[in-house]
Amino acid sequence: MSETKTPEVRKIPAPAVSIESKPFWDAATEGRFLIKRCTSCGEAHWYPRPICPLCGSEDTVWEESPGEGVIYTFSVMRRSPTGPYAIGYVTLDEGPAMLTNFVDCDLDQLAIGQRVKLKFQDTENGPPVPVFSPV
Amino acid sequence: MSIKGKAYIAGAYEHPLRDAPDRTTAQIHAECAKGALADAGLTKDDVDGYFCAGDAPGFGGLSMVDYMGLKNVRHTDSTETGGSSYIVHVGHAAQAIAAGKCKVALITLAGRPRQNKFFGGGGSRPGQLSDGPPEAGFENIYGGSTHNTYGMCAMRHMYEYGTTSEQLAWIKVAASHHAQWNEHAFLRDVVTVEDVVNSRMISDPLHLLDCCVVTDGGGALIVVAPEIAKSLNRPLVKVIGAGESPKGPMGGRSLDLTHSAAVWSGPPAFAEAGVKPSDIKYASIYDSFTITVLMQLEDLGFCEKGQGGKFVADGNLISGVGKLPFNTDGGGLCNNHPTNRGGITKVIEAVRQLRGEAHPKVQVANCNLAIAHGTGGSLGLRHGAGTVILERE
Repeated sequence: MSETKTPEVRKIPAPAVSIESKPFWDAATEGRFLIKRCTSCGEAHWYPRPICPLCGSEDTVWEESPGEGVIYTFSVMRRSPTGPYAIGYVTLDEGPAMLTNFVDCDLDQLAIGQRVKLKFQDTENGPPVPVFSPV
Repeated sequence: MSIKGKAYIAGAYEHPLRDAPDRTTAQIHAECAKGALADAGLTKDDVDGYFCAGDAPGFGGLSMVDYMGLKNVRHTDSTETGGSSYIVHVGHAAQAIAAGKCKVALITLAGRPRQNKFFGGGGSRPGQLSDGPPEAGFENIYGGSTHNTYGMCAMRHMYEYGTTSEQLAWIKVAASHHAQWNEHAFLRDVVTVEDVVNSRMISDPLHLLDCCVVTDGGGALIVVAPEIAKSLNRPLVKVIGAGESPKGPMGGRSLDLTHSAAVWSGPPAFAEAGVKPSDIKYASIYDSFTITVLMQLEDLGFCEKGQGGKFVADGNLISGVGKLPFNTDGGGLCNNHPTNRGGITKVIEAVRQLRGEAHPKVQVANCNLAIAHGTGGSLGLRHGAGTVILERE
């Protein structure tokens, strides 16, 4: 745990955009973070699907989220040619946990339970992707 | 055992579309599943067996089980024989049902060859839509590897249960004690807890020596009928129990990375065998990382959840020293990890132990009952677990 500097930004590849996920990535391009909620069981899920993975209903709708939550877990990858980076899960306030990166912070100060907020990070030739920073 | 009369086809559904520009392949799989379940009068939560072939996006059945939220699936089969796969699957499903491995098997097929402007696979060219594994766009962007996704599991386990790096290190120490006697082992030096925790950090909290080796190699097994086994001049190693299960985030609700799918693959294997964890004389446990071993030992019931750190400490996994000799070939941590798949070598060393053919320095006395268990994929994302229990007759 010797590295304490915020690393140079790791280049994130363009996400694979599908017919299902295109509305999400179109919104991301506008700076809006969407999740899916099922109007049948009332629950939100992640990653977004047209059929609810919780109850099987096709009554899923896009919902804009402020992108706030807490760190469920994380790991700082030290073996990287572009410097250390942090991967982890955030449990969104709406309930679902999502895989992400933690950026713009001292990676050695990350902690489970810490509150974080979403921002979008640019990719090369693709829409921006959701990442999180401590609040 | 014949399948004759042991299984019925209760639901069937043919997708109405012949041109599907507005759906993904994963979505068509899910719509077909929904249709067949509705036809049968069942729900997705009734499904405990899932069968698919190469048209299903993702890694075997793992991506589709997770995508569809098939939370009760405990048996999967991704046998690929081209267009005949689904007929083969009916036979396999009947065998699985006859053997009591599942009761409601779902078989799906879907694809979109007319949409040649799209293409399969997980990647995407800029500006072009993908039709690959449904999770790919939301996960592959974050630099996930085995090291950091297992690191996430270890981090959460430490947070919830107070597990320490020193406790994890004992798993590597035990493996190295065994590997010193294996002339083929990739790493034969005995290491200490200090060596492990002082090796460089790879992905927090996993150090270099918490990670398995990368090696070439391979293995093979021959499984035979009882009359064949008894006609051969080899010790009798009998399969007495097996279990399996996938696990994934399933929509991200109630995510728990402190346990693996072994919590579901282990109990049916022990029940079928009619034995309990404390009866096991030798354990082959997949050791991609030290945390992998610790979680699986807990999940299989060798100790209580959260007590794995204490269980593995002080040499408890070293043959001749501790209560549960494990991976006496040196395992993936020291011996080998051919093509990054450690399952087969787990069975091979269990067979050696049961035959009494392990190295004399690590051979377990009177070894008549062994377990071989592993997980594949990533414990931090989605994975599948397999358990077999073997007995010397």
